[in-house]
Amino acid sequence: MSVSKVADMRTAIAANVHDGDTVAIEGFTHCISFAAGHEIIRQKRRNLTLARMTPDLVYDQMVAAGCATKLIFSWLGNPGVGSLHAIRRRTEPGALAPGETLLEIEEYSHHGMVGRYVAGAHRLPFYPLRSYSESDLPKVNPLIRTVQSPFGGEEVYAVPPLNPDVTIIHAQRADAEGNVQMWGLLGCQKEAAFAAKRVIAVVEEIVPTSVIRADPNRTIIPGLIVDAVVCEPFGAHPSYVQGSYDRDNAFYREWDTISRDAAATEAWLQEWVYGVPDRAAYVAKFGSEYFKGLTPTSAPSGSVDYGDYR
Amino acid sequence: MSGKRPASKSELMVVASAHALTGKRVCFVGVGLPNIAVNLAKRTVAPEMELVYEAGVFGANPARLPLSIGDPTIVTGSTATVSMHDLFGLYLQGGRIDVGFLGGAQIDRFGNLNTTVIGDYAAPKTRLPGSGGACEIAINAKEILVIMRQSTRSFVKELDFRTSPGNLGGAVTAAKTRAAQGWGGSGPSGVITDLGVYGFDDDGEMALRSLHPGATLDEVRASIGWEIRIPHNVPATPAPTDEELRLIREELDPTGAYVS
Repeated sequence: MSVSKVADMRTAIAANVHDGDTVAIEGFTHCISFAAGHEIIRQKRRNLTLARMTPDLVYDQMVAAGCATKLIFSWLGNPGVGSLHAIRRRTEPGALAPGETLLEIEEYSHHGMVGRYVAGAHRLPFYPLRSYSESDLPKVNPLIRTVQSPFGGEEVYAVPPLNPDVTIIHAQRADAEGNVQMWGLLGCQKEAAFAAKRVIAVVEEIVPTSVIRADPNRTIIPGLIVDAVVCEPFGAHPSYVQGSYDRDNAFYREWDTISRDAAATEAWLQEWVYGVPDRAAYVAKFGSEYFKGLTPTSAPSGSVDYGDYR
Repeated sequence: MSGKRPASKSELMVVASAHALTGKRVCFVGVGLPNIAVNLAKRTVAPEMELVYEAGVFGANPARLPLSIGDPTIVTGSTATVSMHDLFGLYLQGGRIDVGFLGGAQIDRFGNLNTTVIGDYAAPKTRLPGSGGACEIAINAKEILVIMRQSTRSFVKELDFRTSPGNLGGAVTAAKTRAAQGWGGSGPSGVITDLGVYGFDDDGEMALRSLHPGATLDEVRASIGWEIRIPHNVPATPAPTDEELRLIREELDPTGAYVS
């Protein structure tokens, strides 16, 4: 009855991510699919427009690898640490290497970026919001415009819909059809997925449909809109998965040192991205002891009773 | 290691910020010093305070100091964990936030902030992170507290880029704009630095309110890029108590990662 959409990462990326696409790998600090980002690098995709609220290390690495020509974002930093140095080298003329070109930049605020996905998901022409009032952002981004309310003429700002060619999200679990359940920080996973033409759901675990149906309130994305389901344990490292493994803050700090130097960045990509065939090999290269150190102690939720109504 | 060692400049900033939160109910938290200040306030002057993190958490009870704004510790044991659409729409723009913390690379005399670029936008000398939630916190939180270290590079006559509005060009235009544009907030109420605490006069301009123990007026003047308003008799910022220093050093930042 149900069709399995389970694929390995190589197949899922080859089928759904093409040169020139607008790609959104979402997940706010939590559940960022580094596994997908690394596979896109290995498959040498080019001229991508990369959309993400917070580009994070995953886009710093993809920019360093030459995948992107444009960034759409709302906060461009290494969270809790500092700058994204590979991206800075492509945004500051003084830091640009010979032969390199500046990245095209299109920036919003967090609410504006979320709103772009919401408008895209709802098939609406814009998302109205109060942000940008008396900010210089509309002066440098012509896509942030004002709109008058038809109910009294009040003027607010508006942002246009964002409909990525492909959205890639990470979550705790899904069934083989792609019904995705997630807990912890939800970011804009749901909105970015519904806005996209194609969706890849990457999960820690594939579970029977009965597990999904036992707790339907936890389903954030239905299989209806999912094109491929990839099971990739530790696929969000060095970001984290609530309840499964902690954020690797030590690596976020280490990246600050690595990424300051273009040659060191390239060497890191050679060793940890091009030098491994897939995420399983990346995880094995770190070793199981390493990930044991990132495992939290347990804090299970209580369960609720949905009732049996026949 | 409690109250014996004199308070560092960062500790003075944290304690002064915590005092500014006395009795506040719902606070939008940032990482770093604001995070320690808010957690100190919750343990001392504002036990009922709800901590809101932009990543989507209302009523956080962090068991450790989060490095990033989206640390898993802010989720476990929180009152509500919601989507960012809900957080920015229902909680922030919906007017449920009493105090928001902001910082920046540059601030001007009216409390306007730059977190976007140093230099020209199209060809920046330094590319900064950008707005994140700052430009919407600035207008939607009922009041704004700014935490920044003073220097002539950061306290400037003119911003290179205005990411987040404060009192614009002064209180009159700011009040008009707030009413016309339907802002929920009344803008910056205080600036806490490593040297003192500042407020805003009736005309919307920043003025020194108190000087931290150990700081001098010469230091204050030398690290601000305009002629800062200084009242005739400047009171001293209340010194941190032994208990406040103990909480910071033993519970909130035991490794001294932020405050030492």
